[in-house]
Amino acid sequence: MKTILIIGAYSSIAEETAKLYAAQGNRLVLWGRNLDRLKSIQMNLEVLGAEGVSCFEIDLDDCAKHGPLLQKTVTKVGSLDIALIAHGVLPDQQIVEGDYDAMVESLHTNFMSYASLLTVLAGYLEKQKGGTIAAITSVAADRGRKSNYVYGAAKAGASAFTDGLRGRLASSGVHVVNIKPGMVDTPMTAHLKKGFLFASPSLVAAGIVKAVQKNKSTVYVPGYWRLIMFVVCSIPEFIFKKTNF
Amino acid sequence: MNRFQSWGRYPKAEQEVHTMRWKGDLLPESGDKSILPFGLGRSYGDSCLNDGESLVETSGLNRFIAFDESKGSIQCEAGVTLDEILKLIVPKGWFLPTTPGTKFITVGGAIANDIHGKNHHVSGSFGCHVKGFELLRSDGSRTRCTSRSNTDLFKATIGGLGLTGLITWAEFRLKKIDNAWIESESIKFTGIGEFLELSEESNKDWEYTVSWIDCVARGKSFGRGIFMRGNHSPASVLSRKVHGDPKLGAPFDCPNMMLNSLSIKSFNTLYYGKQKAKHTKSRTHYDSFFYPLDSINGWNRIYGNRGFFQYQCVVPFAGGKLTMENILGKITASKLGSFLAVIKTFGDKKSPGMLSFPQPGITLALDFPNRGESTKNLFEELDVLVNAASGSVYPAKDACMSAEFFQKSYPQWHEFSKFVDPKFSSSFWRRVTTEK
Repeated sequence: MKTILIIGAYSSIAEETAKLYAAQGNRLVLWGRNLDRLKSIQMNLEVLGAEGVSCFEIDLDDCAKHGPLLQKTVTKVGSLDIALIAHGVLPDQQIVEGDYDAMVESLHTNFMSYASLLTVLAGYLEKQKGGTIAAITSVAADRGRKSNYVYGAAKAGASAFTDGLRGRLASSGVHVVNIKPGMVDTPMTAHLKKGFLFASPSLVAAGIVKAVQKNKSTVYVPGYWRLIMFVVCSIPEFIFKKTNF
Repeated sequence: MNRFQSWGRYPKAEQEVHTMRWKGDLLPESGDKSILPFGLGRSYGDSCLNDGESLVETSGLNRFIAFDESKGSIQCEAGVTLDEILKLIVPKGWFLPTTPGTKFITVGGAIANDIHGKNHHVSGSFGCHVKGFELLRSDGSRTRCTSRSNTDLFKATIGGLGLTGLITWAEFRLKKIDNAWIESESIKFTGIGEFLELSEESNKDWEYTVSWIDCVARGKSFGRGIFMRGNHSPASVLSRKVHGDPKLGAPFDCPNMMLNSLSIKSFNTLYYGKQKAKHTKSRTHYDSFFYPLDSINGWNRIYGNRGFFQYQCVVPFAGGKLTMENILGKITASKLGSFLAVIKTFGDKKSPGMLSFPQPGITLALDFPNRGESTKNLFEELDVLVNAASGSVYPAKDACMSAEFFQKSYPQWHEFSKFVDPKFSSSFWRRVTTEK
């Protein structure tokens, strides 16, 4: 049995991942903004086989709360084996191009709060000398694109932070996984037209569990996104800048 | 492909789709448009459609709430599927109290259509096993309905076609099993008379009975079929292995003419001829016994873009044999039927549902490729026969019956309509309650 912290527990990907861990009989800790919703997830996870579930209400944008809540969590559950950072927002590019405050706000959620959580978790797991941090970034991190560079920039920052942290923690026996999902059919993308490249949250969740288990460094889920992003990154800028990507 | 269509893919409909992920949320704001809950869209006709209006998809309400492993009862949100429930309960020695021919339906849909299965003669419909549910109405009210509290709303919602409000969660009883296997027998028969004899003989000792009937054969072979019966295997040495996920899929719409009278006739002849002996026995996993078609994802697409109909009626036992012979006679003469024809007897266990379809008698269900007017004309003729026999047609399958026939065969519809939420509607409901 492992103890797994899920941060941003009611994102679809996080919830599906938690279900898989629950079915294996693990203990889960859920962080999220709305306690009622967390309780709905908790009951489901318990029925599916989780060996105990604890919920903590938190506004993840409030970075000052990250450290104290981690302290509170560890006091309650003893120790952590895996932490999954899964919250995020997909801002409307049109809006964040014109609205400065909205742009800063989305960077804060998608980058600053990640950096804060990664730092706080690193400090704890480094002392514990073991454990895994898995951070959900995005394929959007791989290249700045006209159609969503604000989101992409924040994810690129989170991605670089995650990769760098892996090096720092390697000697302490702590592993850091960078999860890069492609397009996923979730409430975050509900407004987008769904093509064949969209994956289900449960498929992505299975990819996350596998990546953590195998101590992978960076994974694309589904795997074919590695190839797609290789191609996207290979297009010369003088052509790329004229596309509507 | 548009997911928000009915299983028969006829009629076509356009609707705004809202989603609901949390049972504590209010109903989505839909402006002037009426709303209708949408689960997995396994209703065949237009009872799950709301053309020009809006839908609330419930697949995000997919969480379990409690599972009592000692008493065998389960509480879950309305969008949880029978597929998900089986994966949870079979390894613990429990099974669904009744199940239709697909596991890809939601609990909300099972209640709204008061679904029935091969054990109707013993267990009645799904509504007979529902302990309670919460109904969210457009006025924001949340009502906990059971057979003892808010009884009227409880009865109206079971078989209520999603019109009385949105079921957020439900609780129902399960059936104890030893393992995942069914001991089954198949017996060939010729004629409705022999089918009825087999049913009567089997109903006492066999929990599950259903028959495939040839809807093409005429003359001496008229009414031939295969009677299937099964019981949960009592052997405790067998496994409680759960089913897997579908491996095959119909990746695209087949040409509309692929299912023609020749291919259908060949199928029926081969299917009947496949079983050589009059009487065979076998042990089958529950997945292939109950859900043979679930192994092919999206099998409805083999009927092509024009879609298909399913016609399911029930007629009372008194005079039922003759009526069924007349119905089957009309279908074989029309040469419009398809290969999936099923006949079964319903028992007398009464559902609490006000608008429920099953009643004691004989039920026949079969698919028809959509051949336009000729298919609809046949249904009109069949409706006349069913009507004359005081029978009815199943709303969950229907896309054609007239308002007049619906209102005559479901006289309780008037009483039921008092419980319809003013903000809720469906294509079906508008069709059968407004005179043209």
